[in-house]
Amino acid sequence: MGGWAIAVHGGAGVDPNLPPQRQEEAKQLLTRCLNLGISALRSSLPAIDVVELVVRELESDPLFNSGRGSALTENGTVEMEASIMDGPKRRCGAVSGVTTVKNPISLARLVMDKSPHSYLAFSGAEEFAKQQGVEMVDNEYFITEDNVGMLKLAKEANSILYDYRIPIVGLESCGAAAESPILMNGLPISVYAPETVGCVVVDGQGRCAAATSTGGLMNKMTGRIGDSPLIGAGTYACDLCGVSCTGEGEAIIRGTLARDVAALMEYKELSLQDAADYVINKRLDEGKAGLIAVSKTGEVACGFNTNGMFRGCATEDGFMKVGIW
Amino acid sequence: MGWAIALHGGAGDIPKDLPPERRKPREATLRRCLEIGVAALKAHKSALDVVELVVRELENCPHFNAGRGSVLTTDGTVEMEASIMDGKTKNCGAVSGLTTVVNAISLARLVMEKTPHIYLAFDGAEAFAREQGVETVDSSHFITPENIERLKQAREANRVQIDYTQPIKKAPKIAPVPEGDQIGTVGCVAIDTQGNLATATSTGGLVNKMVGRIGDTPIIGTGTYANHLCAVSATGKGESIIRATVGRDVAALMEYKGLSLEDAAAYVVEEGAPKGTVGLVAVSATGEVTMPYNTTGMFRACATEAGHTELGIWSSESNE
Repeated sequence: MGGWAIAVHGGAGVDPNLPPQRQEEAKQLLTRCLNLGISALRSSLPAIDVVELVVRELESDPLFNSGRGSALTENGTVEMEASIMDGPKRRCGAVSGVTTVKNPISLARLVMDKSPHSYLAFSGAEEFAKQQGVEMVDNEYFITEDNVGMLKLAKEANSILYDYRIPIVGLESCGAAAESPILMNGLPISVYAPETVGCVVVDGQGRCAAATSTGGLMNKMTGRIGDSPLIGAGTYACDLCGVSCTGEGEAIIRGTLARDVAALMEYKELSLQDAADYVINKRLDEGKAGLIAVSKTGEVACGFNTNGMFRGCATEDGFMKVGIW
Repeated sequence: MGWAIALHGGAGDIPKDLPPERRKPREATLRRCLEIGVAALKAHKSALDVVELVVRELENCPHFNAGRGSVLTTDGTVEMEASIMDGKTKNCGAVSGLTTVVNAISLARLVMEKTPHIYLAFDGAEAFAREQGVETVDSSHFITPENIERLKQAREANRVQIDYTQPIKKAPKIAPVPEGDQIGTVGCVAIDTQGNLATATSTGGLVNKMVGRIGDTPIIGTGTYANHLCAVSATGKGESIIRATVGRDVAALMEYKGLSLEDAAAYVVEEGAPKGTVGLVAVSATGEVTMPYNTTGMFRACATEAGHTELGIWSSESNE
């Protein structure tokens, strides 16, 4: 027990027909990010710095749904959100509706460190970004061809605007659905792009931190906020642990997933893995989600009730694993 | 057992020498809202309907920091936010950054019931409001002279109203607006005759807040939370309430540690957040009510079917 530990994720809910090449790319990205985090931990960088730098790497890579490569709103634009939390004093920062900031997680960090608030959104967040001199780019930078194609499919499936528990008529004609009938948030899994990214770390001093970043739901209404920037839902860190979640935003919010892992450890004295399992099994109802977590004693845990979660974890004693299924 | 309701008009550094002309209208509104809520509960309205209609009343009252009477951003504008949660289903709805919607809480309810999402903000929320045909007005409707004065004082003191532990002495020539910056949110929790719980919270936020600043009110699990055990609505310094995940923690202490509503709420308010930053109202599935706060005062009122009624601001008052 003890020592540092790190976990990263690139989203819960994986298309079972994901081409092997994409699976390989994902694993390579996760491995690269883990290694970045591990070097930083070995150089004694504090947990809060490590989660930020790892998530920056995930945002900059177009593979997952954050920063570049973010899912698109119904208007074909990108609106990104992120949150970060520092366990020792439970300081936190979050942003939503970010459209020109290259690394939303770093803006969230600045909200935490340099503003009197915890959460800034839309034009206020962009204004703050300008004042802080962070790197800014055109909205087009974040948009990938892949996602433009996915948005088109999502609109064809045309299900996001309705109660997604009602079976969708006309989905048979949508090629994507024919291949994989798995739905998340009302969309076929191949189109849904749930790949929010996140990182949790406990450093050599036992300090925990968590960070989560996303472009949100494909074809979302403009102005829609999901779980990723909501402290207690998508992200949480305290003395005991750090947690980052991914999956159906509504389910994660209703289940206050990230906070509950910590609350179970604190109030019911469950171990990290038991708390993660409890939350996944009992706090999601019909929802689909996953999470990664670390504890101050150097443990790492993950849980998901989806058919896969892009993830990787490593601990100081040499354990390292990257996986999808 | 039976129905119960509690509502608040904000926790903060409410000075005990609050002049009658500032105190009485607020007390009268609390009383009126309590009566409206109780009547609705007796008429077997659902908890969700009750909390929405009570918070609408509070939003319409210009003396509280929600809807009309909302505090102003650093640009002198209003940005309102609200959330609502149904304890039975844990369905929830939230909105932020509203500038023209007369009743933010009702829009939050529509997000919950009419979209596949939970939370809409700023332009997207305003556009949704128009699609839904809810009542909207020019932003100036929400702005009151009191709040213009509050903003002026905050700017002069060059602070955002977050440091509740250090009251700033003003030069005598400027008459400070009572409770100055410490003006909280509004909220209501209820359990209906069917045993269902619900909560609703609404606010204009912090005086002199940065444009785009979101507080605890729309963040499910912090300012607002309800499940099958209890319903909670918090008020105070948003940043502290978020960090302490106040709403969820009250329920989690009951669920995971077996604490009573009163003990759970007291723990969260006394141990979970720094002094002077938080207050809450909560009801439990068994019809209990609690209204703890660690600030100087909290505008609050409650009633239970068993006959307990309370309305007050500071701790010296008990039954009315």
